[in-house]
Amino acid sequence: MVDPKVIPLRDGATAKTPASRRSGTDALAVGVARASGERAKRRRTPLLVDPSDDGIGLRPALSSVDGRGAIRAHRPRPVPKSRPVPSAKTARSSGTQPQKKPVRPKRSAFAAAVVASSSDAEPQSERAHAAFAIQEATASAPAGSGSGLDELLRMAIATLRGAAEMAGLSGEDVERRVAGTLAFLRRRLTGDYTVDEFGFDEDFTEHAYLPLLRPLYKSWFRVEVRGIENIPSVGGALIVSNHSGTIALDALMTQVAVHDEHPAKRHLRMLGADLVFQTPIIGEMARKSGSTLAANPDAERLLASGELAGVWPEGFKGVGKPFSERYKLQRFGRGGFVSAALRTGAPIVPCSIVGAEEIYPIIGNLKTIARLTGAPYIPVTPTFPILGPLGLIPLPSKWIIEFGAPVDTASLGPQAADDPMLVFDLTDQVRETIQQTLYALLMQRRSVFF
Amino acid sequence: MADVVLVTGVSRYLGGRFVKLLTTEPGIKRVIGVDVIPPLHDIGSAEFVRADIRNPMIAKIITQAEVDTVVHMNLIATPLTAGGRISQKEINVIGTMQLLAACQKAPSIRRLVVKSSAAVYGSSPRDPAMFTEDMGPKSLPRIGFGKDSVEVEGYVRGFSRRRADVEISMLRLANIVGPGIRTSLTDYFGLPVVPTPFGYDARLQLVHENDALEALLLATMGPPVGIVNVSGDGVITVQQAVRMSGRASVPVPLSASGLLGQLVKRAGLADFSPDQMRYLAWGRGMDTTRMREVLLLEPKFTTRTAFEDFIAHVRSGLPGGATIGAAVNGLAGSAASVIGHALSSGRND
Repeated sequence: MVDPKVIPLRDGATAKTPASRRSGTDALAVGVARASGERAKRRRTPLLVDPSDDGIGLRPALSSVDGRGAIRAHRPRPVPKSRPVPSAKTARSSGTQPQKKPVRPKRSAFAAAVVASSSDAEPQSERAHAAFAIQEATASAPAGSGSGLDELLRMAIATLRGAAEMAGLSGEDVERRVAGTLAFLRRRLTGDYTVDEFGFDEDFTEHAYLPLLRPLYKSWFRVEVRGIENIPSVGGALIVSNHSGTIALDALMTQVAVHDEHPAKRHLRMLGADLVFQTPIIGEMARKSGSTLAANPDAERLLASGELAGVWPEGFKGVGKPFSERYKLQRFGRGGFVSAALRTGAPIVPCSIVGAEEIYPIIGNLKTIARLTGAPYIPVTPTFPILGPLGLIPLPSKWIIEFGAPVDTASLGPQAADDPMLVFDLTDQVRETIQQTLYALLMQRRSVFF
Repeated sequence: MADVVLVTGVSRYLGGRFVKLLTTEPGIKRVIGVDVIPPLHDIGSAEFVRADIRNPMIAKIITQAEVDTVVHMNLIATPLTAGGRISQKEINVIGTMQLLAACQKAPSIRRLVVKSSAAVYGSSPRDPAMFTEDMGPKSLPRIGFGKDSVEVEGYVRGFSRRRADVEISMLRLANIVGPGIRTSLTDYFGLPVVPTPFGYDARLQLVHENDALEALLLATMGPPVGIVNVSGDGVITVQQAVRMSGRASVPVPLSASGLLGQLVKRAGLADFSPDQMRYLAWGRGMDTTRMREVLLLEPKFTTRTAFEDFIAHVRSGLPGGATIGAAVNGLAGSAASVIGHALSSGRND
C-alpha cells in the first residue's frame, strides 16, 4: 500500500542536510554523516542486501536519519506516478461491491486493468494496454521505494534492452512484456483475480497458460488453421473433434488456435475425462484453463451460458490408439455431446486435426503397468521408454486444424434430445464429416513434417 | 404466520444470533431456545430452556408450549466444539431423530426448518461444476459431518412422508464465514501457515453469516421452500483465499493429509477430518437459482467479499507475513515504475 508519509520525510531530510553543512559548526558530524551515508549506500547495493532487510517501505523513513539524503539528492528518482484510475471506474468498482469499506487503490487499479483487458476486442494499441499494466503495478508500489533496488532494476533493464536489441527485438516491446509479467505476478500474489464457477481463471490463461503453449503452436507444430469463420463470434457452440496423439496436445493446440485465430478471441472451454481432474497438477491446470468435466450437466451449463465448448468424444480410445490405426475415428461415445447441443440449441462445429497422430507414434502398450497404475494405457513410442524423459519431446509434425460448417441443432428443438435414433444419426453425421475431412486433408498434405 | 418458534442449538454462535433476530420480528409471539448449555451471549427476549434434544423431554416442551415452527440448527460441523467426533455424531444424528420423533407426535407443528449443509454433496473429481438441489453426491460422504448431514436429511425426508401436513424448508448452506463465526474452515484459514493439498486448487463457495441468518429467517417467516442451496455468488479457490489472507501455503500430498490433519488436530490449531481434505482438493459448487427464485434471498456478500470480511477480522498469520507480502508487492511495483519510467523516456528519444 502507498505510504504517503514516506516522501515528505525524505524530502525534509534532503533539505535539512545541506543546511547543516552550510552552518559548518560541526565538521566532524558532517564527515560522520557522509561516511555513514557511504556505508548506507554500500549496504544498499542490492547484491549485498542483508536478507533480513525487507525494508522496501521502511528504509526510506529510516534513511532520513543518516544523512543519506545528500547523496540521494542528485540521483534521478522516478517521479512517483499519481494513480491514474478513471473515477468512473472507481465508482463502478465500489458500486458493484456495496459492502466494501473505502475502495483501496489496488482494487480500483485492478478494475481499470480489467476494463482494459475486457475492451481488448476493440482496436486498442498494445502500448496503451501495457501502460495500463504498468500503472496497475505502480499503483501498489510504495512511492519512491528503495533506490538501490531501482538501480539494480535499471541495470537489469539496460541489460535486457541491450540483449533484446541484439536479438533484433524492440527494447520497448521487451520492457512492456516484463511490465506485464510483473503486474501479473502481483495479481497472483495478492489473489487479485477472479475465477468463474467452473474454476476458469482467465487471468492465468491469458498471461501464463496460453503464452506457454504458443511456442509449441507456432514454431514446433506450425499449426495451420482453416475455417475459423465457422465458429460463431457470440453464443454457445460445441466443437467436436477427432482425438489423437498419445497425450491430448491436440486439445491444447485447438484451444490456442481458437483463441489466437478467432477475431473474437474466444476461449475454448474443453470437456475432459474425470481422470484429468483426479490427477494432481494436471487437474488443477485443466480447471484453471477453462476445462470442466465431460458430463451433460456441465456441457449444458456451458452452452446455455453462451460459452464455446469443445469435446473429443473418442476419449482415451482415440488418444491411445496404435499408430497403425492413425486417422481412423473410434466410436463417438454414447452421443452425449449431441444431446447436450440439442437441449441448448447450440450448433455443432466439426473439427478435424491432422498432424497430431504423428507426434508420439504408439507402437506398443505396456498393459500390465497401465493396469497397475490405473492409467488407461502406457504407450511405447520409438523414443519413449528408451530415451527416458527425452522421449517426451513430441515429433515436430506439421498440423492442420480445419473447422467445418456448423451443424444446426436449434431447428430440431430441445425435445429431440429424447429421440435416441435422431441422436445416433446426428452423431454419425458429425463423425462422418470429420472422417471425410481428415481423408481430404491427408490427401492435400505434402509430407508429415512440412 | 409463525406464533411460537422453537430453535435448537441457541448456545452456539449462529443459533444465538438467529434467536435474537427472531425476537425482533413482529409476527412472532414467543421464541424458545433450547440447548444443553446456557448461552453465553445475549439472546434478547427469547426464553431459554435447558434441554437435550437427544432426550424425550423435548417432546414435552413442544407440546406444552404448542410450538408451531421448529428451527433445527443444532447440527454441529466441528467435532472440536461438540467434544469429539462421537459426541458430534450423537448430537447430529440421534438429536435429529429424537427431535423429529417429538415433532411427529405434536399436532401443533406446522413447519420445520432445517439448517443442512452443502456437505451432503460430498466432493470428488467426478462432480459436476455446479450441484442443483435435485442432484445427488457423486461419491457419498462416508465419514464426518458430511455423512451426518446425509443421514439428517434422510430422517427429515422420512418425517415429511409421515407428516405430509408439515411444511419443510431445508437449507443447504455453503461454508459460513464472517467476523464472528468459528468453523473448521475459519480455523484453517486462520493457521499461520496453511497446508494445501498438493496439485489441487479447489473452488470454494462461501456464505456470509449475515446472509445465512437472513436465509434462515426467510425460511422461517416466508413461504415454505423445500430444499434450497444457499451461497454467496461466485467462487474463490483455496490458493486465492490463502493469498488474499496474506498467509503462506505449504503444499502437502493428499495422501499425507490425513496424518497432517491428525497433527493439526492434536495441536488444537484446527479441526480437519479427511472428508474436509477431500473438499479442499476438489471443492464444490452449488447452483443458487432456487435461492433467488424460491427463497427470494439476494445475498449481500459474494463469496469474495464474505471472505474479505472474514480476513479483516482475523489475526494476521506469521509475524513477518504482512511485511514479506508488502515487500514482494513493493518489488513488483517499483520494478514496474522503473520500467514505466524507462518506457516513457524511450518514447522521448
